[in-house]
Amino acid sequence: MSGLHELLLLCVVLTNFWVLGTTRLSATIRATAIQGGLLAALPIALHPGWSLHIIGLATGTFLVKAILLPTFLNWAIREASVRREVEPLIGFTASLALGALAVALSFGIAERIPLPESDSALLVPVALSTVIVGLLVLTTRSKALTQVVGYLILENGIYVFGLSQVERVPFLVELGVLLDIFVGVFIMGIVVFHINREFDSLDSTRLTELKD
Amino acid sequence: MTLGPLLALIVVLAVAPALPGLATRTRAFLTGRRGAPILQLYADLAKLIRKNVVYSRTTTPVFRLGPIITVASVLVAATLLPLDGHTALLSFSGDLVAFAGLLGLGRFALVLAGLDTGSSFEGMGASREVTVSTFAEPALFLGLTVPLLATGEFSLGGMLGDRLTGVWATAAPSLSLAAASLFMLTLAETSRVPVDDPATHLELTMIHEVIVLDHSGPELALILFGNAVKLALFGGLVVSLLVPRGGLPGWLALVVLVGGLGLVAVGVGVVEASMARLRMNRVPQFLVAASALATFGVILLLR
Repeated sequence: MSGLHELLLLCVVLTNFWVLGTTRLSATIRATAIQGGLLAALPIALHPGWSLHIIGLATGTFLVKAILLPTFLNWAIREASVRREVEPLIGFTASLALGALAVALSFGIAERIPLPESDSALLVPVALSTVIVGLLVLTTRSKALTQVVGYLILENGIYVFGLSQVERVPFLVELGVLLDIFVGVFIMGIVVFHINREFDSLDSTRLTELKD
Repeated sequence: MTLGPLLALIVVLAVAPALPGLATRTRAFLTGRRGAPILQLYADLAKLIRKNVVYSRTTTPVFRLGPIITVASVLVAATLLPLDGHTALLSFSGDLVAFAGLLGLGRFALVLAGLDTGSSFEGMGASREVTVSTFAEPALFLGLTVPLLATGEFSLGGMLGDRLTGVWATAAPSLSLAAASLFMLTLAETSRVPVDDPATHLELTMIHEVIVLDHSGPELALILFGNAVKLALFGGLVVSLLVPRGGLPGWLALVVLVGGLGLVAVGVGVVEASMARLRMNRVPQFLVAASALATFGVILLLR
């Protein structure tokens, strides 16, 4: 089983690169959906025993991150009839290069963080790089919907970090976090609608303009 | 010295012209057409060799040297790869730099030949070809750094030969990432679809094809053959990384290589059929993605 979770974590990083490199809004949503599925499989791969805690965590994650949120975001694209292109403030090439740098940086940092022994040596660096990539997407894309995707990726990174300590975190806390994200994304969706109605566009840079 | 590497080289050179044909045929099949025969390039080469060469009056000897240097550099680069899975014909410490340099020299000679014609379109193609290669080179070096770190060998013959089999079990994720990166590079270096389109003949969109527009007869044959061998070399790199053949007997290693090259060619055809060509300003992004994959592989090994 040791190979499987490493493979899953590698795929998580690859989906990060995918989000950074793609020009299509629907592709970024598909990438986060796949990432959610990978994250749901992670606890099972890390702890092969069939405990209720793990199964509940995996099913909850899968339902929220791989099905509910992507469906909601896709619906938001359709309803708000957003143009399908991602509009980055810095180029895709630069984003990819920064993403590679983020991965290098997080592998460097992860070795220096004093943490209790975790199940896989890859967990912490992958978590850190996912958080950085999420932050990168959140700050460098001008479309509000892409920023929601960035927030989701950021949260996925925190989730991976939590997995390294999964035995010590109570089940209810995990479920509470999942619910939080769901509510958070839901509210963002509503905000996105209001931005769209006021400005006829989801470009968040226009929020700096003053209007009567 | 055994005959193994030499035999492998001869076999690879013999099957190389079938690879572009196989890729094109796969693409045609998947898009619902019949396509040219797989062995079409052999017939083309035989035809071109029998033809005369036509030189434009504006060209200088640089133009005539281009194809010869290109093919020569690709052939020398081929001797550096351990095609039989064990050792290379030529091997010295740090020869991966020589490998990249030889491929660069070949491209440089061809670009000069293109510029020498004085045609504005060929100048444009030359500038594009050089731009693409600028982004391709880091990916090549990063991709080759992965087996270097995994085996601790500084020569291509060492890092892709016998030693690779032993470390494959531990370094598999990195090596697969490097192979994926080199496959993306294969598409760029041999001017296949997401980067360039071998079928296009519109001056404004061609990259590689436009440089060779003025070449004719045996010289064009040399260029076509050189490009086919280049595809075989990059395919050979991908196959060597994915299937370490150190433990196999000589003949089986060769069969695996030829089969693997066929699969790479089919893979190129599948990519060509399934995606459109990238806009010119997206090409660097494609190659930076290849570099990012390889970087990730390197980081995993450095951990």
